[in-house]
Amino acid sequence: MTALETPVLEVRSAVKRFGGVFALNETSLTLGRGEILALLGDNGAGKSTLIKTISGAYRLDGGQILVDGAPTTFKNSSDARALGIETVYQDLALFDNLPATANFYAGREQVAPDQVGRSWGFLRERRMLTETTELLEKLKVRIPSMTLPVGLMSGGQRQAIAVARAVAFATKVVLLDEPTAALGLRESQQVLDLVRSLPEHGISVILISHNLEHVIDVADRAVVLRRGRIVGEEIPTPDSHQQLVSLIVGGADATAAHPDRSLAGSPS
Amino acid sequence: MTTRSVDAPRPAASRPANTPATGASAHLSTRSISALLWVTKLGPFLILLVLVLAMALASPFFLTGRNLQNISLQTASIAILALGQLLVILTRGIDLSVGAVLSLCSVVGAIVFQGPFGNGLWVVVAMVVTGTVIGAINGTVYVKGKIPSPFIVTLAMLSVASGLALFISNGQPKIGMPPVVNWLGSGFIGVVPVAPVVVAVIALAVYVLTRRMTWGRWIYAIGGNPQAAERVGIPVNRVIISVYVFAGLAAAFAAIIVSGRTDSGFPTAGTLAELDSIAAVIIGGAAFAGGRGGVSNALVGALTLGVIRNGLNLLGVDQFLQIVIIGVTIVVAVQLDVIRGRVETRFRTLLTDAVGGHR
Repeated sequence: MTALETPVLEVRSAVKRFGGVFALNETSLTLGRGEILALLGDNGAGKSTLIKTISGAYRLDGGQILVDGAPTTFKNSSDARALGIETVYQDLALFDNLPATANFYAGREQVAPDQVGRSWGFLRERRMLTETTELLEKLKVRIPSMTLPVGLMSGGQRQAIAVARAVAFATKVVLLDEPTAALGLRESQQVLDLVRSLPEHGISVILISHNLEHVIDVADRAVVLRRGRIVGEEIPTPDSHQQLVSLIVGGADATAAHPDRSLAGSPS
Repeated sequence: MTTRSVDAPRPAASRPANTPATGASAHLSTRSISALLWVTKLGPFLILLVLVLAMALASPFFLTGRNLQNISLQTASIAILALGQLLVILTRGIDLSVGAVLSLCSVVGAIVFQGPFGNGLWVVVAMVVTGTVIGAINGTVYVKGKIPSPFIVTLAMLSVASGLALFISNGQPKIGMPPVVNWLGSGFIGVVPVAPVVVAVIALAVYVLTRRMTWGRWIYAIGGNPQAAERVGIPVNRVIISVYVFAGLAAAFAAIIVSGRTDSGFPTAGTLAELDSIAAVIIGGAAFAGGRGGVSNALVGALTLGVIRNGLNLLGVDQFLQIVIIGVTIVVAVQLDVIRGRVETRFRTLLTDAVGGHR
């Protein structure tokens, strides 16, 4: 799937330093069109840093990000969003006091008249409501009410709203940071179903998760980060579960599989 | 169904929020849950209604046309201040300076009236500009100075503005205001006083801003989740500065009303009015933590304060005791809000069950 066409997103030799610490150290990554890629690694491995550079929250100290083969520089998250890359943050970034529609369009409201600019225009509530309702239906997301504030909804419903919001505006990539961390079993399944359906809508996904079952469940490919470097890559299946664990914690298997990279990963 | 929905919140409110849903409540539809939520929102309105009825029963004079005119004139300036304060509180802020700004605008108006440009237009312009500029300073110092709390900035401005008002007036009231200001503050259109009409116009403008316009939506978004507002590209700093500008502007309008009613500029005209404006917003049912509340809350709160003061006056209750009663009202209003918060937490469980049941 990915070999023939240009990857929708490519990270080349990314470097990000915080003081003397390399959070990303020559990290490279490709994401194919319609692919669900899982990003694995222990705490502090650089997963969130990588996601944040792709979402425009951090600027790289070295390396390159290419979108559809074209090199880009993100000055902030608006730049990334303009190129069709949306992020679902771990804290969801929802406005609990507002209903779903207002959450969807926060910061990109549809207004009339068009000439006055978005800031001082009048909200086109009915149109935004219709479009939100249609999108939620398309994604099979069920929420109890379109008028009640989302703060009154369950964790799974709120997570689904946050993902749907990202999907609504993403034309290329959705970045998901721990989407199931705070959810119960049934709610996790609902969100995973939603994530699994995104490629049907032409959207590629990068997923951070600590839950290997969930990764095996939805991801096409998994890359493992340790100390800011990619230390391995696997097709996540129940059989490769153990291999992934070894890669994450940096066991003997990982060293054997990637001898050239083991020095960076093992404690000196 | 209807009777059940009215009964349901009472046990819910007194129980811990995470109690599992009972068989009966699981049958509640989403629609009736919305209806319940609506009923809890009406609390402040019901308090006002009860107060009006009680006062009407206690004093035969309370519901006369003359007295209603009095209430509306007395409440007008607090209502305008409360509308400005509402916008600030919606963004999780607070403006302690609005009373002092009212005083300063009032004195500035009187001084301009006594000067070479002493006509109505320039007096009004001078008052409005004073309020707007001070609001802009409040907002800008808070945002750009990265001062940890608007409480501190506006507390400082309270001191600065009231000091300036006393300084430029030598601490003396200045008698005389142009006819247009007097008309706005104490005039009548037929039997209807002008001041409450001014309130209505401002309230309508704030309503349109908060419920129909993007800028207003952003005010709520910032109150709900400032970090998220930043992330989705809302110009958070500009919106925050703007609400302090609106509050300063409201203080100027309130100054016009007060100065017109007393036909003077008074360096202590707005002393403690900031507390009334905050109390009005809270009594009216807006959330002090930001993000929730609207024009109706500010108006109902201001009217509640006005009715309490007027009614107690009619009943001959001691002035000083009135202050105590208003304090108690604030606590009652906030307590109602706390109970409502618990009811909402309870609804969350019900909503999940309701949707789960459909699947």
